Amino acid sequence: MTRISVDTGKCIGAAQCVLTAPTVFDQNDDGFVELLQQAPDGAESRSARMAASVCPAQAITVRE
Amino acid sequence: MTSPEAGAGADAVPFVLRRPGVPFPPPEYDEFRGRPGLVKAALPSGDTVWLVTRHEEVRQVLTEPRISSNPAHRGFPAPSRTGGVPTAEEVPGWFVALDPPDHTKFRKALIPEFTVRRIRSLRPAVEEIVDDTIDRMLARGDSADLVEDFALSVPSLVISSLLGVPKVDRGFFEAKTKVLVTIGSTDEERDDASQQLLRYLDRLIAIKTKRPGDDLISKLAGDGSLSPQELSGVAMLLLIAGHETTANNIALGAVTLLEDPQWIGDERTVEELLRYYSVADLVALRVVVEDVEIGGRLLRAGEGVVPLVAGANHDPAVFARPHEFDPSRSAHGHVAFGYGIHQCLGQNLVRLEMDVAYRKLFSRVPTLRIAVPLEELPFKYDGVLFGLHALPVRW
Ligand code: HEM
Ligand code: SF4
Repeated sequence: MTRISVDTGKCIGAAQCVLTAPTVFDQNDDGFVELLQQAPDGAESRSARMAASVCPAQAITVRE
Repeated sequence: MTSPEAGAGADAVPFVLRRPGVPFPPPEYDEFRGRPGLVKAALPSGDTVWLVTRHEEVRQVLTEPRISSNPAHRGFPAPSRTGGVPTAEEVPGWFVALDPPDHTKFRKALIPEFTVRRIRSLRPAVEEIVDDTIDRMLARGDSADLVEDFALSVPSLVISSLLGVPKVDRGFFEAKTKVLVTIGSTDEERDDASQQLLRYLDRLIAIKTKRPGDDLISKLAGDGSLSPQELSGVAMLLLIAGHETTANNIALGAVTLLEDPQWIGDERTVEELLRYYSVADLVALRVVVEDVEIGGRLLRAGEGVVPLVAGANHDPAVFARPHEFDPSRSAHGHVAFGYGIHQCLGQNLVRLEMDVAYRKLFSRVPTLRIAVPLEELPFKYDGVLFGLHALPVRW
């Protein structure tokens, strides 16, 4: 199972994650990332990994 | 491995960016990418810099804390012969030219205005602007310059609406911002236009502080995190950063879609257009502030670095057949908006504007066609941004 964590201190609100994996990441009104689920699987886990790779601030960590 | 002769001593190749008859990105980027280490080049300004063309190393440069965005540092490169990039000292609020922690305050203040949700809520306003612009264009007869009459107008009107410029003043705003990006404008015309815009923004900030509305300037003026001078610099940055960049992409993309209409309406088109054209190739300039190794080279403090985003976006290690326009590929991970903490604040607004622009343009003007042979299109070989000076069309 994939475990996702985010570092809101690093997040710069570019919302790449929300666009890439909208069922895993959300953006609060201040513009910072929020996790909708911490342990996605299947297609959702693949898009979460993709989000981690495109996050410009390297604020998303994925552990298998 | 770090080569001993890195830094001083390496011969600089002249960096002739783009020239007529040569596709953009220029084939030299492929050649540079194939060389070990980095290439030292002399920009048209005379400054020598390290060119970075590989995707991985472009991302590395843009996330490296020992490499700075602040032009106040010794050795910061100027892209062209005329003028360089302003510093935040010259224009308070010009935060693209700041490093953390100074940069952080501005970015934090602005991201709530650019969230996915907030940008989605702007769709009706953007649709109205695009419709009005098409109405004005159609009213002129059966031909137009799609750059001047459409592509430059839409982003200027969208940003003025976002900032809270009243509708009656948007014509003024549009005219002044066009002067700034027209290659034929003289230095005096340009200075005059930017002075008028800054004065206008100062007045607008004063008014919105007293009588706030539902717009970016009112919100930022209201929460007190930025001074009025900083706020007018921020507004000017949004205007300049978001105008010609977006216009060039809209116009170039229109050529591609008119030539290859099968992609009209395909949701993946905008992302691939951003990757394929990478118009802001020379935008993310940097200077080394502490020795650091990149691409097997030891870069010394005081040396300029140019991460070429078009180079990275055409790196075959990341994008197969990179010089082909193919929206069915995954353009994910492109760096057309940069990478790291300065990654474009307006990127989701750009996606919205491009999507609406093409949807409306091709559905409302189905007979739209380019009025000159493709070879005659005047590409911007001479600017910092890639684009088109004009795009004559008929319908
Ligand atoms: C196709 C259109 C656009 C392209 C290709 C583009 C490209 C870029 C790039 C490459 C950067 C990074 C600069 C650096 O790292 O030094 C950037 C930053 C920026 N862009 Fe854009 N941009 C576009 C449109 C816009 C729009 C519409 C806006 C505003 C509404 C905007 C506002 C900004 C701002 C404020 C920054 C600085 C962010 C920071 O320093 O944190 N851009 N843009
Ligand atoms: S992609 Fe990264 S920086 Fe952008 S909102 Fe998500 S976590 Fe934050």
